[in-house]
Amino acid sequence: MAIRRRDFLKGTAVAAASLGLPRLARGSDAASVYDIERFGNARILHLTDTHAQLNPVYFREPGVNIGIGEMAGRPPHLVGRAFLERFGIRPDSADAYAFTCVEFEKSAGRFGKLGGFAHLKTLVDRLRDDAGEARSMLVDGGDLWQGTGLANLMQGRDMVEVANLLGIEAMTGHWEFTYGEQALRDNLERFKGEFLAQNVFLTEEAAFNDARAFDKASGRVFKPSVIKELGGHRVAIVGQAFPYVPIAHPRRFTPDWTFGIREEELQKHVDALRNTDKVDAVILLSHNGMDVDLKLASRVTGIDVILGGHTHDAVPQPIAVKNAGGTTLVTNAGSNGKFLGVLDLALEKGKLSDVKYHLLPVYSELLKPDPAMAELIGRLRAPHVTDWSEKIATPDRLLYRRGNFSGPVDELICTALRTELDAEIALSPGFRWGITALSGQPLTMEDVLAETAISYPETYVQEMTGSQIKDVLEDVCDNLFNPDPYYQQGGDMVRAGGLSYTCTPAGTIGSRISELRLASGKALIAGHRYKVAGWASVNGQQGAPVWDVVGKYLRSGRMLPERLGSGVTLRGVEDNPGIAGQG
Amino acid sequence: MNATTLPHPTRRLILQGAISVALIGLGNLPFGTAHAAANDKYPEEAFRQKSEADAIKALYGKTAEPSDKIKLDAPEIAENGGVVPISVTTTLDKVTSISFFVAENPSALAASYRIPDGTIPAVANRLKMAKSSNVVAIIEADGKLYSATREVKVTVGGCGG
Repeated sequence: MAIRRRDFLKGTAVAAASLGLPRLARGSDAASVYDIERFGNARILHLTDTHAQLNPVYFREPGVNIGIGEMAGRPPHLVGRAFLERFGIRPDSADAYAFTCVEFEKSAGRFGKLGGFAHLKTLVDRLRDDAGEARSMLVDGGDLWQGTGLANLMQGRDMVEVANLLGIEAMTGHWEFTYGEQALRDNLERFKGEFLAQNVFLTEEAAFNDARAFDKASGRVFKPSVIKELGGHRVAIVGQAFPYVPIAHPRRFTPDWTFGIREEELQKHVDALRNTDKVDAVILLSHNGMDVDLKLASRVTGIDVILGGHTHDAVPQPIAVKNAGGTTLVTNAGSNGKFLGVLDLALEKGKLSDVKYHLLPVYSELLKPDPAMAELIGRLRAPHVTDWSEKIATPDRLLYRRGNFSGPVDELICTALRTELDAEIALSPGFRWGITALSGQPLTMEDVLAETAISYPETYVQEMTGSQIKDVLEDVCDNLFNPDPYYQQGGDMVRAGGLSYTCTPAGTIGSRISELRLASGKALIAGHRYKVAGWASVNGQQGAPVWDVVGKYLRSGRMLPERLGSGVTLRGVEDNPGIAGQG
Repeated sequence: MNATTLPHPTRRLILQGAISVALIGLGNLPFGTAHAAANDKYPEEAFRQKSEADAIKALYGKTAEPSDKIKLDAPEIAENGGVVPISVTTTLDKVTSISFFVAENPSALAASYRIPDGTIPAVANRLKMAKSSNVVAIIEADGKLYSATREVKVTVGGCGG
């Protein structure tokens, strides 16, 4: 611990001296990383996409996060050293470890795990104390209830208890919807904060059948916003749920609800908050994803700040976007509990005159876990901890998920699917949650669940023609690289096992994927049928849950094959700073 | 959907129901509410055309110019390609018909409505879309044709972050 502490200090002190980052400027003691200079009269703390990771985790940020068209080379589409340069972070520092993939394994040993709700609780309480009474608020951008075996088993009930103790006052959702309406409503009964979503409406059939809604006239299923008194001013928080829930997930979970970005309804609501409710500031708590938020900020007026999530981009500074009514700041606050966004507001009558924003890495080594939260986490985990702590493998390499096209975690899942289900090709979803496991450290069933725990985990084996397979790749690739962010869903490229291909991200749908080859090197033939295994299908499937398939494969003592690599050759992005080592 | 164009939401839903039925292929039957005012016969030739341009030509015999007086509402990404909610309203005067074209459908013309004199020019319907496509609304007003276009993506789904 003493050595670690010195490591943090070294990194921060040098960064402060050379680059003058305000948060790091007073580094006489490691804990002072969290001393933030007083600013303004109100503070909003923002968590997002924690994916239910109760305890601190390792999480490697992506080495590939390509932006195309207008998004090329702009945050969040910067990785590795290009990211460090853009944000003035010193390589080799604790912040470089938290925000990028640069020398991840080496730094993991020095700086340890990040996040954890007991650590977050300590940090949140301290930052709220600093702000003063009735001057702060804690909000969560969603994906709070999903991501672990425990959360999946309890359908998010564990996280509601944790959220109440942490003091979350408002949240919106994404994976929260994948437990279905009943489980969601049961959880919200227990949740002490507000669940906000301006963009979820009853379908016309459901409205006709008089289904439950917050507001029958508009058909809004949930409360769209809440007004909070902060430092003597009125601040509106508007919720924006993930716009594509029934498309990205099985429709059966939300049959009565229709989503979408709903720009027009949002504009009307913001105008009403400004003109009728006379609020002093409007904040959008968004699960759109950063590219979508950046576009939305250029088109919708009257929003001061968008506190964003979904795309798991840890962006240290807000991006200012001009629109017809002024400027909107857009943030994105990373994932897995690694970061806490701190938005300090200087509020005046009818306006927000200035803000300061910090995205604080939650260094578990620097924060004393809050005893009450630690006790709650222990109690929630207790019934399952023995079952899930069994060591089932020891990885021979770093296992991480993030990256536009592939990562060792998904290579492992695809290999397990192909082997256990005897398929030529495996397809695995491009999720962005899931922990990182270090080489040589024991891997448990709990770790496997942290990569796979969803409410539709059933595996499948089916025959697909070569052209169907290409169509799937083209379709998902367009969700990732469509030049118009409103046509993107977030998430990464579907992972392919036993299949290599060339991808031209700047192409158009139908022309991005080429040179598809099987593991044998043979070209994929459009009219041939291939045996394909997969999981997380939006159609109902009957196979064993994917975690059992992966668990079985690992228990047999096998890991990844010698030859590693995504099998994806990229074309036309040679200078793109969204690829580590480039740009 | 614009609740202000018709006073009773229930009535609006019933009207939409009627329109959906018409789209499923009872084309030769009288259209009831939506088509009641039309006295010309079913535009068989236009519905048979593959491309959008040919269908517009067959239906109207002329070409349209884009107009910012048309508000075409459509989802960016369809939640269900089988029933994509598309609606149109306009501030153009003397509207006599409103038609919808899905460029990539096997036959581009999806629906055509006669707007009787004195009717608010607002139509909401659900179109079946096989794949991602431009959706074009054509409005005939005072003898001229105007258009608005939106891209609607139909995706296989899955793989959300």
